[in-house]
Amino acid sequence: MNIDAELELKMREGDAPSASEAPEPDSIAPDLGPAHEPAPPVVHELRFGNAWEYSPAPETTKVEIAKSYGHFINGRFSEAGADTLDTVNPATEEVLSKVAIAGKKDVNAAVRAARTASEKWAALPGAERAKYLFRIARRIQERSRELAILETLDGGKPIKESRDIDIPLVAHHFFYHAGWCDKLHYAFPGRGRGQVKPHGVCAQIIPWNFPLMMAAWKIAPALACGNTVVIKPAETTPLTLLRLCEIFEEVGLPKGVVNVVCGAGETGALLSQHPGIDKLAFTGSTDVGKILAKIASERGIPITLELGGKSPNIIFADASIDQAVEGIISGIYFNQGHVCCAGSRLFVEEPAADEVIEKLRIRMQSLRVGNPMDKNTDVGAINSKMQLEKIEHYIKIGQDEGAQLESPTSADLPGKGYFCNPCFFTGVQPGHRIAREEIFGPVLAVQTFRTPSEAIERANATPYGLSAGVWTNKGSKMFDMARKLRAGVVWCNTFNRFDAASPFGGYKESGFGREGGVHGLRAYVKG
Amino acid sequence: MTNRLSVTKTHKLLIGGAFVRSESGRSIETTDASGMPAHLCQASRKDLRNAVEAARGAFGGWSGRTAYNRAQILYRLAEMMEGRADELRAATIEKAPATRAPAKRTAKKSSKKKTSKKTIARRTPAPKVHEFDEVELAIDRLVAFAGWADKYEQVIGGKNPVAGPFYNFTSPEPTGVTMVVAPDTPPLLGLVSLIAPALCCGCTVVALASEASPIPACLLGELCETSDVPAGVLNILTGFRAELVHHISVHRDIDAVLAANLDEESGAMLRSGAGENLKRVTVKKLTPRQWRDPDECETPALIERVVEMKTIWHPMAT
Amino acid sequence: MTFSTVDRVMADQRAAAFATRSIKTEAKVAGLRMALSMVDLTTLEGADSPEKVRALCRKAITPDPFDESVPSAAAVCVYPTLVGVAREALRGTSINVASVATGFPSGQYPLEVRLDDVRRAIEAGANEIDMVISRGALLSGDEDRIRHEVASTKDVCVSTGEGAHLKVILETGELSTYDNVRMASEIAIDAGLTEYDFIKTSTGKVAPAATMGVTLVMLETVRDHFLKTGVRIGVKPAGGIRKAKQALHYLVMVKETLGDDWLTPELFRFGASGLSNDLLRQLRWKREGVYSAGWDQTVS
Repeated sequence: MNIDAELELKMREGDAPSASEAPEPDSIAPDLGPAHEPAPPVVHELRFGNAWEYSPAPETTKVEIAKSYGHFINGRFSEAGADTLDTVNPATEEVLSKVAIAGKKDVNAAVRAARTASEKWAALPGAERAKYLFRIARRIQERSRELAILETLDGGKPIKESRDIDIPLVAHHFFYHAGWCDKLHYAFPGRGRGQVKPHGVCAQIIPWNFPLMMAAWKIAPALACGNTVVIKPAETTPLTLLRLCEIFEEVGLPKGVVNVVCGAGETGALLSQHPGIDKLAFTGSTDVGKILAKIASERGIPITLELGGKSPNIIFADASIDQAVEGIISGIYFNQGHVCCAGSRLFVEEPAADEVIEKLRIRMQSLRVGNPMDKNTDVGAINSKMQLEKIEHYIKIGQDEGAQLESPTSADLPGKGYFCNPCFFTGVQPGHRIAREEIFGPVLAVQTFRTPSEAIERANATPYGLSAGVWTNKGSKMFDMARKLRAGVVWCNTFNRFDAASPFGGYKESGFGREGGVHGLRAYVKG
Repeated sequence: MTNRLSVTKTHKLLIGGAFVRSESGRSIETTDASGMPAHLCQASRKDLRNAVEAARGAFGGWSGRTAYNRAQILYRLAEMMEGRADELRAATIEKAPATRAPAKRTAKKSSKKKTSKKTIARRTPAPKVHEFDEVELAIDRLVAFAGWADKYEQVIGGKNPVAGPFYNFTSPEPTGVTMVVAPDTPPLLGLVSLIAPALCCGCTVVALASEASPIPACLLGELCETSDVPAGVLNILTGFRAELVHHISVHRDIDAVLAANLDEESGAMLRSGAGENLKRVTVKKLTPRQWRDPDECETPALIERVVEMKTIWHPMAT
Repeated sequence: MTFSTVDRVMADQRAAAFATRSIKTEAKVAGLRMALSMVDLTTLEGADSPEKVRALCRKAITPDPFDESVPSAAAVCVYPTLVGVAREALRGTSINVASVATGFPSGQYPLEVRLDDVRRAIEAGANEIDMVISRGALLSGDEDRIRHEVASTKDVCVSTGEGAHLKVILETGELSTYDNVRMASEIAIDAGLTEYDFIKTSTGKVAPAATMGVTLVMLETVRDHFLKTGVRIGVKPAGGIRKAKQALHYLVMVKETLGDDWLTPELFRFGASGLSNDLLRQLRWKREGVYSAGWDQTVS
């Protein structure tokens, strides 16, 4: 700095502008001596009020929903029959439709249909199988609005997310895997053309958090490799998968290649234990996953599992903090926190902790919680009453354990429906249950750390290993962390990104096998 | 010929780089290659626990070494095997003795005794001479996997073309502590074929030796200790499968299991371990011909059984 | 001195999220009117003449000749030689006269000349000065020079005539990276800006001009300054904002980044010439259900 400029600046500092409400600089503060703590800084608060309030912006397109739905077996929709479950719109508690519960007979029929279809489907030239998958991808894109609306009605996720994330990824998965059908022998080193064989009939059980996306992640690679499928959607969210079956019909997918049986846990048990299946794939809780692992081990059939998580999201003081805060938001409040890879444990390097928490607080004030069909809603409805009760139970546990609850969003929640304001806990200790157990809701546990090795140690101290986040501007530190984190997906300076070409799946008790990319194919071929 | 009394040997367990007796104090009587009486330690549940602990402790260091370094250490082990090939051959082929597994109950009860003389199978006929040289094949197999150590990542990993401004790649990482349960036969080739994929990628190993012919495994352990294999990276137990498979199955700190040619019951027990902590269990069935086949036993598909695919995302922008 | 850093991909992702907000019915009308009130109606051409500036001033006072309720623009922004004309044309209104000064648009003149430029503009009647910084100096690491020129310009603004608010143009299109935008914003603010002074994206002479991404970076810098000091600095994206829909996206970004206080022309402006007409077109559609033709609106 040249001397003139320095002088000028000093002069400017000297006659501090009256317009400024800045607190006086420390240098001219009265000297209180070393015994005194510095006075707490003046807090300046931004006001997020209603100076300009958004009007309701509901998605108004009507989507037909039948009074009842049966299963989709051997290319036919069956009648619902007497034994049904209600599927409810969690945002309004209205019953959307009645959906059949598959019993032994239905599961038998579905497995038989898949078995019958299996030989021909596997024998079809890869390039021909591919065309069916390409067609499916295209029709999904064309019917995307309908699918998005249905997904939001049935599951409670914001229409913004089903429209911009779920459904586009569904189409992407079919399109991506279509291209693999005739190239499988390139995917496995050492194997020649014709040496890559499908398992046969795959039983697949999927969860309610990404209903159609999980269906696509399971069905697309299975079909690409020449398998046939019997798949069971979650009992709270069967509608979009049944709608996808309409697309299968439209594109002329051969009968029995994909069969859908609806129902809850008992149907899942029937399907997973059916002697006619050659492979089991499941996404859901670790508890159920372990039971299925045991079943598969007894049968000696292969299994892939994509299970729970309690993923660490680690922020270093040298990170770009605003983007890191954005990563916290998309890490834990995306899809109401109903995300197996949610960044539910936040670790902040101590020097940055105050800033990160302050900015998180500010950021959460503009989160919009409420009607999932409103295009401006960021956090929609909790998927079911049961799940809401579980989340509320954990929030209570957190408070009882002595952690401090903060919920800066504090929206007026709709009177009906299952809603939960996004929140976070500070003062969380590693031993707290909210820091160890998967809550599957918009609840974040914030902890701090001092050194990279401490962060690694605490991040890895969990039976889970699905995902992890690292935020730093230092490349060497980032790679060291990424290597040492025991997790199947490590997001560096980003979080919750998904792609059909990118393998997804966990270490340890978060499951085994990968979905997506070339690595996802391995789950659906023999050997 | 002098009328010298020979020194008989007790083969000890290899745990954490030390040759130790079973904490249970039990041993099994057997004969060595020359027909002389010898003793083996009979590993207990607690020996297994200690070995897993040693393997866990060694995991960070071994997996953190460069692949090139791991490759050289495995190659060094192959060199050592070559140097003692005759001894290994004698142990595996000529007069390989067999021990006999006691019934499960007996094993449990006897474990309480300070010393127990296990049923000896000294007069059991030696296994049929293989129509191949197991030692040569085992050495070559180890060399093959020494070569894989710094190549498999490129073969089974890669960059993913995601639809966005991200640099995204997937590469394998060792899954952790791998339990190897060696087949009865071929005792050395079987053991090496299972430990080599795990060691080359950075897993640490606890191996349960062939029950029928455990001595080659003990010799391999001795070679390890003279060939730069760090302590705890390979731990070798001798004993009875019937006694140990249950404990392997429910051990939550074992990440993966590689086994071959087990009886139905042991295989099922190991596989059920997936239900405990989702350990990655592979139980193979291989014919003598397949054991010799590089396409079967030297493929990176075996390494894939003991690695985790890790996908890393990073934004690309200025 | 260390500056906060910005990771562009996540910042862009955040900026893009504002554009997915759906602004309907009353909110849209309120937003359009608010945007109109925040426009710095601008003409910065070599061909500008007094008559052209008078036309612009008329438009600033009464943007829609058929609807008097439509708010006036915040300011008219012209070259220093035309400040007098604008001041005269806007007499009796509360519309500000802004002038680009300090050797606009490059700033490649001796500092004395640039400060004199400012002084003359204020003396001629400007009460807002849009200054440019020496981007070359910033890119070559001479942060102090930027600090010095902003501080000196601020001094002239405070000490000349009735004074003027200062807007510091960063010319983000030449700064290339978001880190540089962040750094330039911090330097400019810390060099002595006071409440209701602005940082501004662009001259309009360099592409790309304003984008949601760079504006977000600047808003976040302003927010951090407020959290630290309580001082509210304004932000002005300029150039490239032509459509009402874009303007609403910017307002969403302001609302959700800085909150209610900044939803005012005193702290947020659009530097634009064509934007007003699209805002008016949308307002008329809302009011009458009719889309205007180009000739229905006044030329500016």
